[in-house]
Amino acid sequence: MSNEKINKIIGDYKYGFTTEAKDVVNTGKGLSLEVVEAISRYKHEPSWMLEFRKKAYLKFIEMEQPNFGPNLDFIDFNDYTYYIKSSESVENSWEKVPENIKDTFDKLGIPEAEKKYLAGVSTQFESEVVYHNTLKELEELGVLFCDTDTAVRLYPDLVKEYFGKVVPYSDNKYAALNSAVWSGGSFIYVPKGVKLEKPLQSYFRINSEQMGQFERTLIIVDEGASLNYVEGCTAPIYSKDSLHAAVVEIYVKDHGYCRYSTVQNWSNNIVNLVTKRAICSAYAHMEWIDGNIGSMLNMKYPACILNGEGAKGTTVSIAFAGSGQIQDTGAKMIHLAPNTTSTIISKSICRGGGVVNYRGTVKHSPQAVNARSHVECDTIILDDKSRSDTIPFNFVQNQKARIEHEATVSKVSEDQLFYLMSRGLTESQALEMIVMGFIEPFSKELPMEYAIELNQLIKLEMTGSIG
Amino acid sequence: MSKTLEIKDLHVNVEDKEILKGINLTIKTGEVHAIMGPNGTGKSTLASTIMGHFKYQVTKGTMELDGENLLDMTVDERSRKGIFLAMQYPNEISGVTNSDFIKTAMQARLGSDEHISLFKFIKEMDKAVSDLKMRSDLPHRYLNEGFSGGEKKRNEILQMKMLKPNFAILDEIDSGLDVDALRIVGENINNMRGEDFGALVITHYERLLDYIDVDYVHIMMNGQIVRTGGKELIAKIDALGYDWLKEELGLEDEEFDNRQHVVLGSCARNPKTENK
Repeated sequence: MSNEKINKIIGDYKYGFTTEAKDVVNTGKGLSLEVVEAISRYKHEPSWMLEFRKKAYLKFIEMEQPNFGPNLDFIDFNDYTYYIKSSESVENSWEKVPENIKDTFDKLGIPEAEKKYLAGVSTQFESEVVYHNTLKELEELGVLFCDTDTAVRLYPDLVKEYFGKVVPYSDNKYAALNSAVWSGGSFIYVPKGVKLEKPLQSYFRINSEQMGQFERTLIIVDEGASLNYVEGCTAPIYSKDSLHAAVVEIYVKDHGYCRYSTVQNWSNNIVNLVTKRAICSAYAHMEWIDGNIGSMLNMKYPACILNGEGAKGTTVSIAFAGSGQIQDTGAKMIHLAPNTTSTIISKSICRGGGVVNYRGTVKHSPQAVNARSHVECDTIILDDKSRSDTIPFNFVQNQKARIEHEATVSKVSEDQLFYLMSRGLTESQALEMIVMGFIEPFSKELPMEYAIELNQLIKLEMTGSIG
Repeated sequence: MSKTLEIKDLHVNVEDKEILKGINLTIKTGEVHAIMGPNGTGKSTLASTIMGHFKYQVTKGTMELDGENLLDMTVDERSRKGIFLAMQYPNEISGVTNSDFIKTAMQARLGSDEHISLFKFIKEMDKAVSDLKMRSDLPHRYLNEGFSGGEKKRNEILQMKMLKPNFAILDEIDSGLDVDALRIVGENINNMRGEDFGALVITHYERLLDYIDVDYVHIMMNGQIVRTGGKELIAKIDALGYDWLKEELGLEDEEFDNRQHVVLGSCARNPKTENK
């Protein structure tokens, strides 16, 4: 499928803008074994990583598209560029960023330095003391935090032990693609017993590669350690590369705790196909806080493999599908040990002809005696043009497991609107308030500045949803 | 200066069925009116129509606030003009705290360059909560979610106190309230009465009126106000019910209680009597 066709699908893409950066390294369009080798060579990778990439590439060619969800046949893999490294002096200029994007940033109240980063104008934040201090604190605690490329060079043994284990390259076509051409992403190791009090945010990771198409994140939370990691940001992210396939792998060891919060808000030309998976040992707890607002087509089902007794998995997610968008998201909880528990809370909103589906799997294996799962899926459909399906799969393979599933699909009721309007709120204020209340179980889990940004963003998305 | 809410010859349809058949009613600030009457005579329809509920179609008549046409205004405009409806069945809005909601509603009454002082707001809210003897965590609870029937009703009065309307319509505010709560609600309404505040109290029990000083009592039957008087009417209804009035007016029972009877679903079916 050509770019033209894609452009047709997405209509007039509001946020597109051109850059004239001179690329230092550019593999050109299309994917081949040579391209994979070239990427590895540019990165000066050890041979085991090159081998991994090559095996993944061969698997990728062989594998079929996923047999569920939206049709992906329109993706023409030869139409994308898989690796570009921009020149150091970034030539994109703030002046070239379109007014409407600047407006959005202003409405969200984003500081100057961040705006430029988000618009792709600068590759990093202006060095601020606070970031340096944070990094210094981490260093003193023995926490390793860098981009994954750097980790391959600096901590080869750790990376080699964990990389591609919880998400093998053969897992699915897009995990294979990512494994072949990955670049960037975060690497975090929290040593035994170290509990990080403050949320660790990805933008502390200065001097690293920019967010990219094929990010690869690897997080290891060792025994009794605790991490609250916030990836990305709620502000819209503009990318001219329209195929994104990230992989996130997380290991939470005995009694460890990890929370991974992210709000995905890619621009509306992006096909975003993400594999996120965590594996929890005994009494470990993994929480995915996952927001999906942007992109044209988004498929993402954060998973927890509860592999040790008493392990716990939680996913709280929202998905917002506006005009021309498909959000096919959900969660997976795989219980493989006794007394494991999981909770899924999913909130979906669609309007303007958007499609939002919940697709989830809860599996209790024969070993998962006394496992318990609770699933809650709520959807609000804001107009007659939009659609939503809830597609849960529950597998119970032992006699002593329990799964609860609750799902609601509703429209905003006339009486609720009347109630709020009778107190002086306009119709759009009333609708906004109902929607904000609906996603509150999600937004209350975000760090405050993110929650505020998210609220602002939903307000912007809601503009024009009436009349 | 006193304000006037004037309703003339108001006819209202709900789903093409005429419910109100020519209501005439004038209320001034400083006055408290009560509307009484048997079930199903259109009392709540009148309340929702004054507020502008989407479901009710005005087919004839006028409704003016100080000469301004209310019928041309949306629900929220009416609210900002000073009309308030305490609802019979307040909605639950999950995820929205009472204080956020009330603050937003108060802000909606101000110009875009004016802002509510947070300190004043919290003080006022706390006072209203204690006046109504409500739980002190009320501001942080979600709007009516998990509230008992009585709490919901008190919350309506709380909103009224905070928003300070010129005209409050209280639609069966007494249902679900115990005697103590009834007294508290009555006191709070009495305290608001003044040259900027008038109320229309809708009830079909006279109990509430033990606690509220009313100036006028209107009896509604069959979509019309059929009798207007003072407090003495309450005593008469208390003693004799409505039958005497029906007789005087020559109304048949079915004429005013002509709502559809409730049809019980399958669980109440008796298979033996079916298919006959």
